[in-house]
Amino acid sequence: MARIIVVTSGKGGVGKTTTSASISTGLAKRGHKTVVIDFDVGLRNLDLIMNCERRVVYDFVNVIQGEASLNQALIRDKRVDTLYILPASQTREKEALTKEGVEKVINELSERFDYIVCDSPAGIEHGALMALYYADEAVVVTNPEVSSVRDSDRILGILQSKSRRAEMGQDPVKEHLLLTRYNPDRVQKGEMLSVADVEEILAIPLLGVIPESQIVLNASNQGLPVILEEESDAGQAYEDAVARLLGEEREHRFMSSQKKGFFSRMFKGG
Amino acid sequence: MSETAVSGVKQCFQLKSASVSMTALELYFFDDEEFESTLRDKISQAPGFFKDIPLIISLEKYEGLSSELDFFKIIGTCRRHNIHVIGVRGGNDDQRRLARGASLALLPGGNQRDREIDTGPDTEATEATENPTPAKVENHSDPVPAKIINQPVRSGQQVYAPDGDLIILAPVQAGAEVLAAGNVHVYGPLRGRALAGIHGAEHARVFCQSLEAELVSIAGHYKISEDLQDNGWKTAVQIQLRDDLLVVTPLEKA
Repeated sequence: MARIIVVTSGKGGVGKTTTSASISTGLAKRGHKTVVIDFDVGLRNLDLIMNCERRVVYDFVNVIQGEASLNQALIRDKRVDTLYILPASQTREKEALTKEGVEKVINELSERFDYIVCDSPAGIEHGALMALYYADEAVVVTNPEVSSVRDSDRILGILQSKSRRAEMGQDPVKEHLLLTRYNPDRVQKGEMLSVADVEEILAIPLLGVIPESQIVLNASNQGLPVILEEESDAGQAYEDAVARLLGEEREHRFMSSQKKGFFSRMFKGG
Repeated sequence: MSETAVSGVKQCFQLKSASVSMTALELYFFDDEEFESTLRDKISQAPGFFKDIPLIISLEKYEGLSSELDFFKIIGTCRRHNIHVIGVRGGNDDQRRLARGASLALLPGGNQRDREIDTGPDTEATEATENPTPAKVENHSDPVPAKIINQPVRSGQQVYAPDGDLIILAPVQAGAEVLAAGNVHVYGPLRGRALAGIHGAEHARVFCQSLEAELVSIAGHYKISEDLQDNGWKTAVQIQLRDDLLVVTPLEKA
């Protein structure tokens, strides 16, 4: 049986798809058979970030509606061969994701994969509910600002009440906080909530802190999951997060501002 | 200032449902003299209990003639003994017409659950017969168990204790709402909305470890975040209703 992990947030634009791409790539890189599903029907993005948009023939909705088999729709990643992508449909409505249809696909994937990563759309509507319904674990992506924290809180409440685990009275969905776009300098100036603030408000365990970085944007534009930028802060932060997700103990990094060295100050790099 | 939660405008009054225990006098027949002597006898057993109590005349077991029922005499006799007859229960149409003529309230027929009052001198009689009106009777036996929540109440969630107290051993987040007929206890920060005494219990209170609430309401009287900032904000407090005003007091000095 696969572990089903939903990447969710409530709020849009906080880095769900970036995180889904990096976490699924990170899991696959460690040899786990992993599939990442784009639940954002109508606004598909995951295939762009995974650089496989030109290989999409069939999609998630085709499979649900029996127009294609799972094998026809799954796209194998070119960089990590234990990673597969199930893209979203760009032309359908979110309502095409029926509970029974999603269950059928997830059950089928469950037999073949170790990890199923569900990339949730923003909001708390049908698409987001479907993405989280079958989850065993949830990575709640949050930016260090008040509205994002509020929306994450809302999603945590929904995970507790509307997921399959909640409805069946099983153990609750395991919750992880992933703080993205973190900028220690701005925290120090009081322009951003600190890690401690967010942890205190949301009261769930911290999976990782991803520093705000130009590299994240560049990687997305190139269709490269950030975790593969192994030299970068953000890439290493995702690597740490994946390790923690698998139960490893790693110290949190990139949470305080680093003193810039002589050269970086001279050349305004970094 | 607190205002009524319903309209936001100060009204002259508000109607609320009330539950009260009352004593019913089950009348079998009426004779002026015998009535008074029996009454005197009962009062002498527990004078404290009968002082200024409201009384209902129950006619369900009345066997005498309707024409013998003199409510004015009953009211007068009771009044002399500081007992206020407020209405009748049961009875036939004639009897109820007579009661209305004496300005008494008419209550629907009662059930068979009434218990006999023990007015023995050693028991301070606090029990009363059950009130058959739609309002529930406060029973002195089992208290309603409090609803206890161990998990954070998250934004968009609502927790409701319709009969008793609500105890939350976790944060109540902004955008969450907790409601109780009785008191609300939050052993964590209260960041959302807390409403105690939602059926009108004015003695209900709200307790929290850190007051950061969006709104606190007791029996319909409420204060919003803006009005709560000046007093006890982000500290452990209790909030109660005094003279229709919400009063915030620190817990350590309470």
